[in-house]
Amino acid sequence: MNALVRLLRRFAVLLRRQTFDQDLQDEMAFHREQAAKAFEADGVAPEAARLAAIRQFGNATLLKERSHHVFSFRLETVAQDLRFAVRQLRRSSGLALTAILVLSLGIGVSTAIFGFVDALLIQPLPYPNPNRLVDIDESETLFPRANLSREDYDDWKRLNTTLSSLDVYGGTGFLLRSGSISEPVPAARVSDGFFHTLGVEPMLGRGFRPGEDKPGQPKIAILTYGTWMKRFGGRRDLIGQSISLTGEAYTVVGVLPRSFVFAPRAGVEFFVPLLDKTGCEQRRSCHNLDGVGRLRDGVTVQAASAEMKAIAAHLALQYPGSNNGQGASVLPLSEVLVDKLRPTLLTLLAGAGLLLLIACVNVASLMLVRAESRRRETAVRGALGATPARLVRQFVTEGLLLAGMGCSAGVVLAVVLMSLLARVIPKPMAQAMSFLDGVGLHLHTALFVAAATLMAAILLAATPALRLAFREVHQGLSEGGRGAASRFWSRLGANLVVVELAVAVVLLAGAGLLAKSFYRLMHVETGFDTSHLATVYVMAPANLYGKPEQKIALYHQILDRVSTLPGVQLAGLTDELPLQCNCDTDWIRIPGKSFHGEHNEVLQRDVSPQYLTALKAKLERGRMFTEADDANHPQVIIINESMARKYFPGEDAIGKLIGDGDLTPKSMRQVVGVIDDVREGAADDEAWPAEYFSIYHGPDSYFEVAARASQDEKALLPELVKTLRAINPNLGVYGEDTMTGLLSSSQSALLHRFSAWLVGGFAALALMLGVVGLYGVVAYSVSQRTREIGVRMALGAQRGAIHRLILKEAGWVTGIGMITGLVCSVAAAHLMRSLLFAVHAWDFTTLMGVAAVLGVSALLASLIPARRASSVNPVEALSTE
Amino acid sequence: MAPKSDLMPGTLDMLILKTLTRAPLHGYGIAQSIKRVSDEVLTVEEGSLYPALQRLLLQGWVKAEWKKTDTNRRARYYTLTAAGRKQLGIEVSEFQKMIAAIGRVLEDAQEIA
Repeated sequence: MNALVRLLRRFAVLLRRQTFDQDLQDEMAFHREQAAKAFEADGVAPEAARLAAIRQFGNATLLKERSHHVFSFRLETVAQDLRFAVRQLRRSSGLALTAILVLSLGIGVSTAIFGFVDALLIQPLPYPNPNRLVDIDESETLFPRANLSREDYDDWKRLNTTLSSLDVYGGTGFLLRSGSISEPVPAARVSDGFFHTLGVEPMLGRGFRPGEDKPGQPKIAILTYGTWMKRFGGRRDLIGQSISLTGEAYTVVGVLPRSFVFAPRAGVEFFVPLLDKTGCEQRRSCHNLDGVGRLRDGVTVQAASAEMKAIAAHLALQYPGSNNGQGASVLPLSEVLVDKLRPTLLTLLAGAGLLLLIACVNVASLMLVRAESRRRETAVRGALGATPARLVRQFVTEGLLLAGMGCSAGVVLAVVLMSLLARVIPKPMAQAMSFLDGVGLHLHTALFVAAATLMAAILLAATPALRLAFREVHQGLSEGGRGAASRFWSRLGANLVVVELAVAVVLLAGAGLLAKSFYRLMHVETGFDTSHLATVYVMAPANLYGKPEQKIALYHQILDRVSTLPGVQLAGLTDELPLQCNCDTDWIRIPGKSFHGEHNEVLQRDVSPQYLTALKAKLERGRMFTEADDANHPQVIIINESMARKYFPGEDAIGKLIGDGDLTPKSMRQVVGVIDDVREGAADDEAWPAEYFSIYHGPDSYFEVAARASQDEKALLPELVKTLRAINPNLGVYGEDTMTGLLSSSQSALLHRFSAWLVGGFAALALMLGVVGLYGVVAYSVSQRTREIGVRMALGAQRGAIHRLILKEAGWVTGIGMITGLVCSVAAAHLMRSLLFAVHAWDFTTLMGVAAVLGVSALLASLIPARRASSVNPVEALSTE
Repeated sequence: MAPKSDLMPGTLDMLILKTLTRAPLHGYGIAQSIKRVSDEVLTVEEGSLYPALQRLLLQGWVKAEWKKTDTNRRARYYTLTAAGRKQLGIEVSEFQKMIAAIGRVLEDAQEIA
């Protein structure tokens, strides 16, 4: 109660501050008058009495302030400090603006990057209890995480006890009639409990019911929200209606909520149950699905992994032909999603953090210079009765104010940067990044901003405040005095610049290495001519091209038409374009060589006779395919150099036979040619053994056309699409791009380019800040040493000697910063080696290049103050003080 | 920088309250009164007086109002409130307890000596 009354009284005083001050002042004046009267009564002269009374009374301002303290809130003096700080900053507005700009840059950039890292690493899965979700897959020597086969899935689901549910998903696609053309749309086949496992309920209609994924069940589909809106106008009565997917009727049973996204199958428009086994799924060795499961309460990932491995081992004994060597991979689902991006994002975050550090150090050294030039002011304020605590608080307030303003500007910058960066990410990649929706300003990013601002404020406040603590107040009053403390502080300034330069070197080296990786990646040895190649994906609807003969007829039709297009030299077909993935593999066995059921995994590609010639792949031995290598003739294959080296070391592979694990007669084929490795996997994947079959022996509904153009391949693309659609409008024709386009838009290329550009940007900013910092320190030192330089010159020092003196000083700082930075760079590059492609962490040319860039910039920055120093007029310099 | 005071810490508030029991006084008057009554043994520093008065005002133990002095000058007079009177009683009894305790300690010390 009493406390409340006291609080109210305080408020009353705060509201009537003027009256309160006036009362106090009048009261004290009265006191002094009375005291003076008393002195007069003792016989002191009136003027002397007045002075005596004032002396006796003491420091009236201080006294008033102390009386004030009783009533006032702490805030009031804070407000005073703040007003003073604003005045101070306004007086040196250039410096304040620079500081705010630099800080906002540091805070803005690091917050923006943190936003992405946070969204990806901290909140990747938009489902309930996401940390109980696990990715369940098979594993083998070459693929630590390989697809799951349908039959294995059925067994795993039945036998496991650690999962409350286990479901699978696999990719598929439908052709959707849209106007005059057939549009291929991505879809997913899922097991009945898929949405239940994720914890997602359709917003409209129902989910799949248990048993609805069994072979023979009716065809039903669940739509994503986007598809429902875009293709069906968001009609609520669509539920229960039948839609046509690739000519087959599916009944719509549900629509997923708008927020639903499943990153491993991003961009999918329809979800359908597994239903009938595909041709491939008849075999246990057909690996075409991925599993997702939910751990039972209290079960760890390790426990689930151990159980799945035991089940896999059991199945390997039961079905040695298909399951020998097939293990299990159980990983947190979030980990699987972020695995590829994690090193990139962490590197970017580290880069942004370094930029923030350099920005703070830069502003701190600015503050230091300013504090140095305010020595007199602090000394005067101290002499007038400001306590050391109050003086320090003034600097802390100014630091906080600057940090606060820098932070506000930084937040604005961060918001702009986040939306910019999100837009820079290409759409197909962005779709797979469900977490992008989570990028923005929210609690996590706000906390990060607060932490960054606090760090900046502490640094900004601590430097000048510390400096104050080291110095006697009266020393500042005697302007000429430049004691040991001054040297100590100018050295601190130089040390700060060393830190800045070292950080700049680390960022420069990082950017250099990433840029070099990117260059190497773009110029990787592909084994074929990537220029002048136009490519397009084709999907033949099963209802029109169900039989192998129908497909083969289509192939011939396509090749005839495309080859005769003006500007096309040669055209070929393949079931998988190069530079895509080390996927689609086959297990081989060579008759006459020892075999113990192991899986000799090689890439398998089905290609048309002219395809390899169209790519300009180099034939080493034997022959290429001819039109005669069709279904009516025995199977022959062409293998790549890696395969020849691995499976036929020291022999000629031509004429050798290869078969499947059981050497079934139907599978036997003869090697007729060996080509140099054509890189089938991504540019940064290693080259794998590969075998090329004639596409006429195993025709597929999905295939790609590759056309070698004589001129501009880009101009050929529309013509190519038109030609294919003219053959049959029901063909799905999509994804047309040039080979160079495919290469530069591949995920690894994008990641490399993205990180090289961003880190390059950070490095440029860091270099600028570091060099400006160096300039500041040297210029300040010159201004402080004007008199010394004057004396030196008066004593006969040559201008050249002065020039050298200053350059030597700058050279020391630069040298130490550079060497520290280079050492740190090698360590930093070692940490991010997973991002480097064909470049060593200690890449000599990059490091030398960085040193050269820094050296030249530093020289330029110190030339200006050095010139100024050597042009000092000794007479003027000595007479100014 | 702490203001020098010959007073025992914590006793200034009590002395001011006690001084005001007789009649309302202004700050200068309070200082003079304490000095006079104590035969010039106790001097109240201005540096402590005014903060102390603000403290008492804040606690609600005294009230302040502007009045004319005998010489027709405007001065701020402090008056003891009921709460202030009660507080004075508490402080005096605590002070006496303390003095008695100190006295006992001193006597005891003499005996040992």
